[in-house]
Amino acid sequence: MKKITKEVYLKWYEDMLFWRKFEDKLAAVYIQQKVRGFLHLYNGQEAVLAGALHAMDLTKDRMITAYRNHVQPIGMGVDPRRVMAELYGKVTGTSKGMGGSMHIFSKEHRFYGGHGIVGGQIPLGAGLAFADKYFKRDSVTLCYMGDGAVRQGSLHESFNLAMLWQLPVVFICENNGYAMGTSVARTSHSTEIWKLGLGYEMPCGPVDGMDPVTVAEEMSKAIERARSGGGPTFLEMKTYRYRGHSMSDAQHYRTKEEVEEYKKIDPITQVLNVIKEKKYATDDEIKAIDDRVKKLVKECEKFAEESDYPPVQQLYDVVYEQENYPFVEHKI
Amino acid sequence: MKTIQFREAIAEAMSEEMRRDESIYLMGEEVAEYNGAYKASKGMLDEFGPRRVIDTPISELGFAGVGVGSAMNGNRPIIEFMTFNFALVGIDQIINNAAKIRQMSGGQFDCPIVFRGPTASAGQLAATHSQAFESWYANCPGLKVVVPSNPKDAKGLLKSAIRDNDPVIFMESEQMYGDKGEVPEGEYTIPLGVAEIKREGKDVTIVSFGKIIKEAYKAAEELEKEGIECEIIDLRTVKPMDTEAILRSVKKTNRLVILEEAWPFGNVATEITYQVQQKAFDYLDAPIAKINTADTPAPYSPVLLEEWLPNHEDVIRAVKKVMYK
Repeated sequence: MKKITKEVYLKWYEDMLFWRKFEDKLAAVYIQQKVRGFLHLYNGQEAVLAGALHAMDLTKDRMITAYRNHVQPIGMGVDPRRVMAELYGKVTGTSKGMGGSMHIFSKEHRFYGGHGIVGGQIPLGAGLAFADKYFKRDSVTLCYMGDGAVRQGSLHESFNLAMLWQLPVVFICENNGYAMGTSVARTSHSTEIWKLGLGYEMPCGPVDGMDPVTVAEEMSKAIERARSGGGPTFLEMKTYRYRGHSMSDAQHYRTKEEVEEYKKIDPITQVLNVIKEKKYATDDEIKAIDDRVKKLVKECEKFAEESDYPPVQQLYDVVYEQENYPFVEHKI
Repeated sequence: MKTIQFREAIAEAMSEEMRRDESIYLMGEEVAEYNGAYKASKGMLDEFGPRRVIDTPISELGFAGVGVGSAMNGNRPIIEFMTFNFALVGIDQIINNAAKIRQMSGGQFDCPIVFRGPTASAGQLAATHSQAFESWYANCPGLKVVVPSNPKDAKGLLKSAIRDNDPVIFMESEQMYGDKGEVPEGEYTIPLGVAEIKREGKDVTIVSFGKIIKEAYKAAEELEKEGIECEIIDLRTVKPMDTEAILRSVKKTNRLVILEEAWPFGNVATEITYQVQQKAFDYLDAPIAKINTADTPAPYSPVLLEEWLPNHEDVIRAVKKVMYK
């Protein structure tokens, strides 16, 4: 594993803080009805991403996830202004405004979505890895899912195929405790999700998903296994989301105290504490990071606000490759 | 020209394309060591090896999704379903992923994948093994739907489908794999979206596609004896539909019968009917007639199946009706 240096801690702090503030901004503009549709925020789960990015080779590895997907592409290098613009439905967005909150994609940065059907992305992740093995590339795919998705049949079919064909993929369950409003204990007799790997003899285990160091260590082992031909791994990241499932969630299924308990082990606070203890940065330097984050979030909002909506013709431009495709008329 | 079976036409199309392009692979249940449940991939494992001709467990959802994911990452998969009845457990991957990846990503991703296998009834297989879902897939933007009716069309269309950069649903029939027909000796393709007049006539247009079109041929031969000349249009591609070819013919014959093996509510025939009344209303000398399966699940008992499935006598009756004879 790459060493976790002072620079890594400072990057983690700045990245995670930016992701948190980016999501907070989205919540604010959602209430102003500038962003519509469903909006699922990542607040609380940032360590799972920060640790994974440290373990990845960002020149060749791939990532795919479900609909809680705004900050992962940013972590992989996508311009955050374009992600914000996508949520605004603007032509400058990552999908030119065709996808919205749940469908962020970047082929250039090897981020494969952004998928709205729970569990639907799991076979796709196996497929991305299948192609890499087929073409003898040494890329590894990180395939994320929530604790709700592991109850879909797609997980089991994908696990079986990935082990059968020894695909270079790491399956990661971000267990934030609740599939929308249904707790893990209410979805299965067995609540240790990582054990789902055992039936397929897939290397698997639980990970403290609130600590980027632990995440980075476990992800490094899994990625290294996949890259060296050792096949898939299944990791259960035990994490927590502070906000509701989506913006319309009144959160009657949990207590405020529970949320507060998790905020005590907040990944950003944990990283900031290390920075302060080890004197990796002065208070002024930390404030400079905070200011940069604030400024970039503002830039994202401004870019999204000022961008144009797509031209109406675009509705027909990206469905098929064929340029003169004869769409059936839908009105007289 | 040479004479080959439908199944050989399918195997030739896949093999020729796989020789041309290394990114193509064939995946499905029994496609490799068993040589295909209907022998449509006979000899392909021997030629291309297990890296490119791949047996799967019975996991349609899983391998359909693996196909789509690999198509987003450089492959051009051919995914075989033993029948499209079984594709139902994997249809989420076709509708929500394959058909939408290009659009949802703002055009960033191609999805060059072919899902192929038999459609519709094939003898007394009863309710779950006799279904035709052409109109379901045709209803979904992002997909193309191809249903050939003879070996020549099957080979040329499948080669085009494999070369297409969008997902194509390619539907065959268990009852056609043994059909023999002439195909050109050398390399050829047939473009998607172009219908073909299989028989010329001036009195009435019959539009059909897939194996059921053979009932139209039989009907046309009978009707010829009575002096009625049928023009038979084979759609070949259901989506996008060659509406112009239908309109040209209807403007000549002024009468239209549509023969489609599918449940009658909201099917391909319904769409043709709408298009023709909208664009050639003044040319019609009679209401359009459509012939479909009964509005019930397919039965097992032979007497009931005969009533359920359209046949040439149904076509003859419909033709006479639109001719007021």
